[in-house]
Amino acid sequence: MAKKKAALSSAVTPRPSPASPSANHDDYSDAFVKQALASVRVIAVVGASANWNRPSFFVIKYLQAKGYRMIPVNPKEAGSEILGEKVYASVSEIPHAVDMVDIFRNSQDAGPITDEAIAKGAKLVWMQIGVRNDAAAERAEAAGLTVVMNRCPKIEHSRLYGELSWGGFNSGVISSKRRKL
Amino acid sequence: MAENKMGFETRSIHAGAAPDPATGARSTPIYQTTSFVFDDADHAASLFNLQRPGFIYSRLANPTVAVLEERLASLENGIGATATSSGHAAQIVALFPLMSPGMEVVVANKLYGGSINQMRHSYKKFGWNANFVDPVKPENFSKAITDKTRAIFLENLANPGGIVVDLEAVAKIAKRAGVPLIVDNTMATPYLCRPLDWGADIVVHSTTKFISGNGSSIGGAVIDSGKFDWLKYKSKYPSLASPAPEYHGLTFAETFGPLGYTVYGHAVGLRDLGPCQSPMNAWITLQGVETLALRMERHCSNSLRVAQWLEKHPAVAWVSYAGLASSPFNKLMKKYMPKGGGAVFTFGVKGGYAAGVKVVEAVELFSHLANIGDTRSLIIHPASTTHRQLTPEQLVAAGAGPDVIRLSIGIESVEDIIGDLDQALRKAAGATKAKSKSKAK
Repeated sequence: MAKKKAALSSAVTPRPSPASPSANHDDYSDAFVKQALASVRVIAVVGASANWNRPSFFVIKYLQAKGYRMIPVNPKEAGSEILGEKVYASVSEIPHAVDMVDIFRNSQDAGPITDEAIAKGAKLVWMQIGVRNDAAAERAEAAGLTVVMNRCPKIEHSRLYGELSWGGFNSGVISSKRRKL
Repeated sequence: MAENKMGFETRSIHAGAAPDPATGARSTPIYQTTSFVFDDADHAASLFNLQRPGFIYSRLANPTVAVLEERLASLENGIGATATSSGHAAQIVALFPLMSPGMEVVVANKLYGGSINQMRHSYKKFGWNANFVDPVKPENFSKAITDKTRAIFLENLANPGGIVVDLEAVAKIAKRAGVPLIVDNTMATPYLCRPLDWGADIVVHSTTKFISGNGSSIGGAVIDSGKFDWLKYKSKYPSLASPAPEYHGLTFAETFGPLGYTVYGHAVGLRDLGPCQSPMNAWITLQGVETLALRMERHCSNSLRVAQWLEKHPAVAWVSYAGLASSPFNKLMKKYMPKGGGAVFTFGVKGGYAAGVKVVEAVELFSHLANIGDTRSLIIHPASTTHRQLTPEQLVAAGAGPDVIRLSIGIESVEDIIGDLDQALRKAAGATKAKSKSKAK
């Protein structure tokens, strides 16, 4: 599995830091989202579910296959494993560095979780579709983090790298360049 | 989600298509295959669980068909599309996630006759009830809505008759009632009108018509806006908003968010009903859609010229074309489809049934057949063909009275189109005069 992860991660080679710390949160450019996803390697998923048919599980499963290391965070599941990774009760309890914190909680809860992500030294805070906390985003951006809100990293990754199109979806991407296999 | 910042013409050619990753082929390859190999057991499981995008079997999804789906989703400013084997299949696939036995769909009665038949008769076999209302007054939709209503369905430019529906008004009614508005945009095409921009939730197409344009492939599509909140009306839409037993309790609208309706269209609609579009037909349709803007421009300018000419013709009693200033729908047309009134319209020939039959028999360039939206000009006399089982009263009510002739104006030289109609109308007028000498001057 580790070998496969390495092979698949060529599209998401980690880069030292995001190009721009702040963005127009009503309208992210494709380049901004692509850069954000390419700048991280280890992702903490807050609100990770052990249930295979929940959205958070789908995101972990998909991004793992794309070469990311996914660290589940869920106080109710702490100590158990989700998709081969140990579950932690909170972001601050993760014993190693994380690049991105992906938030599967409501907009209000996203505030303190964002503060934890800042304290943890994460580079990117990501809030899922329907989750948006502008005050938290401002704090994170002031601390030099990049913030993406009201988006799903699985949808965005598959949209920007061609796989979403396979399902008949409008990726909005037009390019005459040959895609990498 | 999608940027869609490039122009309509650019997207007609490029959206969804990229050079083939394996070979660099620039034109979209025809993936004429039933099935696709899995990398390993885990990859297969992820695909079956819908956890990863990918191809399993061409009944569910196919790379060539997916290009057409993304192209149409882009042109309609939608989030995703499900291509189907025909426009009729698209209507069933569109309603399938919303309906269940005993539920109702409120339908405009100004529809393509084939759609009326499908909805009035065959839907009953599923226990679906279609309640028809006159779309000319939007409030008729609101009056027909009950607690069993699960969708509103209409054609924005209705065939025949050139009726333009007040989309924005009906979209507001649908929103208030908490049901999606489904619009058949076959006649207008996204070049003339994008119903999703006016508040509709779902668009259906017969791609057989203007989208492919060459009259060689049957096909259809369902395009979703991704904007209807299925979870808000959970009890009405259990297929999308409640755990699906066939996918071990997955909830489509939750797990796939705004993509849920289109994922359901493939993973359940196409999987279980089976009306997938063939890769070959999708490829042929893709060749056509590249020139949609150019063709529609010419279809509309030719149609306007022909309609204006017919209005002045001595053998013509009336012309019903939304693009004409004389049409009661001209104002709505200018609002919803300012680039043109489409290419399908009706006119009345003096001399009634006999004259109508004579006109369709006398044409040389026009093809006498039961299709629309071809590059070729087409003609039909509904009373003697598609509607001949109806009584005289029913014919008039259906907009298919004895004198009605329906045209689908092609993109030939407009002088030739007019010339052919002129000679046919003269022959018909001569024949009618000869038959009723006593009435003739």
